[in-house]
Formats: sequence, C-alpha cells, structure tokens
Amino acid sequence: MWSYEKRLQFPVNIKEPNAKLAQAIISQYGGPDGEMGASMRYLSQRYSIPYREVAGVLTDIGTEELAHLEMVASIVHQLTRNLSMEEIEKSGFANYYVDHTIGVWPQAAGGVPFNACEFQVKGDPITDLMEDMAAEQKARATYDNILRLVKDPDVCEPIKFLRMREVVHFQRFGEALRMVQDRLDSRNFYAFNPAFDKCESCDDKPDCGCDK
Amino acid sequence: MGDREQLLRDIGIADFVLTELVLYLDTHPHDCKAMEYFNHYNRIKLQMEKEFSQKYYPLNTRYAESGKEWRWGAAPLPWEGACA
Repeated sequence: MWSYEKRLQFPVNIKEPNAKLAQAIISQYGGPDGEMGASMRYLSQRYSIPYREVAGVLTDIGTEELAHLEMVASIVHQLTRNLSMEEIEKSGFANYYVDHTIGVWPQAAGGVPFNACEFQVKGDPITDLMEDMAAEQKARATYDNILRLVKDPDVCEPIKFLRMREVVHFQRFGEALRMVQDRLDSRNFYAFNPAFDKCESCDDKPDCGCDK
Repeated sequence: MGDREQLLRDIGIADFVLTELVLYLDTHPHDCKAMEYFNHYNRIKLQMEKEFSQKYYPLNTRYAESGKEWRWGAAPLPWEGACA
C-alpha cells in the first residue's frame, strides 16, 4: 500500500530549458542505474527476505527511490518544457521528440528503453543485498558524471541531493547485510540460503538462531 | 519566498529529517535518542501538514476533508516547479 504526497522530496525549480542536459539526466529515470530500476529492485526483492527488519529496509529505501524517480522526472520535464522547434532541432532532441514529444519516458541516455534485466531478484539475501550496495555506488557514479555536465545551479542542487542519498542508502544496505550475516553461521555464510533452504541445525536445536 | 512556499519548505525539511531517522532506526532499532528525535519531528511535521492543507491545498487525501468542494484535483502538481 502506498499513499501519495503532493510535493517533491527536494525542490526542483528550473528556469532555463536545456534539452541536451535532459537527454543525459533521463538515464537516471529509466537507464541501467536509474531510479526506476532502483525502486523496482528493492520493492521486488522484499518478498523472499526471511527477516522482517531487512524487508523493512528494502521497503523504506524502495519507497524513497519512488520519490527520487519523481524528482528526476520533474528535472527532465522542467528542462524540456517551453522548448522551441529550433531548440529541439539544434540540441539533438529531435529523435526523442519524434516518439515522445516532450513526455517523460523511461530510457537510458543512449536511447535504450528501460528493461527489468537492469536489476535482479536472486531470492538469496546476501546476493540481493550485495547487488543493492553495488547499485547505490553505480547510481552515485552516474550522478557524479551528470554533475560534470551541469552548469546551472537550479539543476545542480537536486542532483547533489540525489547523489548524497545514494551514499546513505549504501550505508544502510551494508548494515542490513550485517543483520543477515549476524543470523547466519560466521564460519560459512553460504552454507544455506535462508530464503529457501531449511536450516539443518533446526532439527536438533529449535533455537539455533537462524530465525526459521 | 511567500508564506506558502516557506511552509512547504519547512515540511520538506522536517520530512527529510524523518526519512533519515526511519532508515537509521530500521538498522538501529534500540537507539532511544534517535527514537526521541523521530517522535519530536513527526509531531512537528504532522502539525505543519495539517496547517498547510487547511490554509492552501491538501498535500495528501487524508487532509482533503472539506465542507465545500473537492480541492485535491485542483492543487498544484509537484513537478510544475515555482516558475510554472
């Protein structure tokens, strides 16, 4: 269940359109390390996680990613509104325009459409959380790349905010991974998949600590 | 900045503190100090949201109760920005 709030997580008020920049930033909407992949990754991975607290981290970060998705869309929308036909032709925006006019559609900077293959749900908590940590770093690096292209402070500030959140999420996923590992056998974290296998120790000791 | 923009900004600030605290508390559920901060900012945010929705427009349908017409649909959209 979700509930919509009619405001952005961080203000986006862009005065100058810039179609060239919009084409780069749209990658964080529907590109390989974008917010659509991020939100769908965490919100889809939740179901097989056998620990409530860890599923809670995935839910809350996944929910925040939806707010980021809306911020990125707002940046793209404000960078492309009030464009003249001349600007569209000059800025290389014509290829996007012919299919979507100035609507916001999930694609990478290079034009590749969003695809669920950009993320994985392995159904193994260690594997999934390792992917989540890597995903936060990839998104952070993408925002760093975007920041090198941005001169307008109206665009810079929300992008800096989004970049900072990637760093915080990376930290929280690291802690979530530790919460998973604390429940497993430190001599061999990979002895079994707590999201699938039955822990063998449970048979002799119901309090073996595996949470199953 | 007008009163409406200022209040919306303040709600955003309180909400950001809460977002940070939620994620922190998710992995540090026994930190009493953080829990106190959460309670404090949550009260402030709820109060400000209620005030904003009464004075200007509902930020969520839970604040859309009205003696007159339905105001939710006519409220400004977040992606419009201040320069719309």
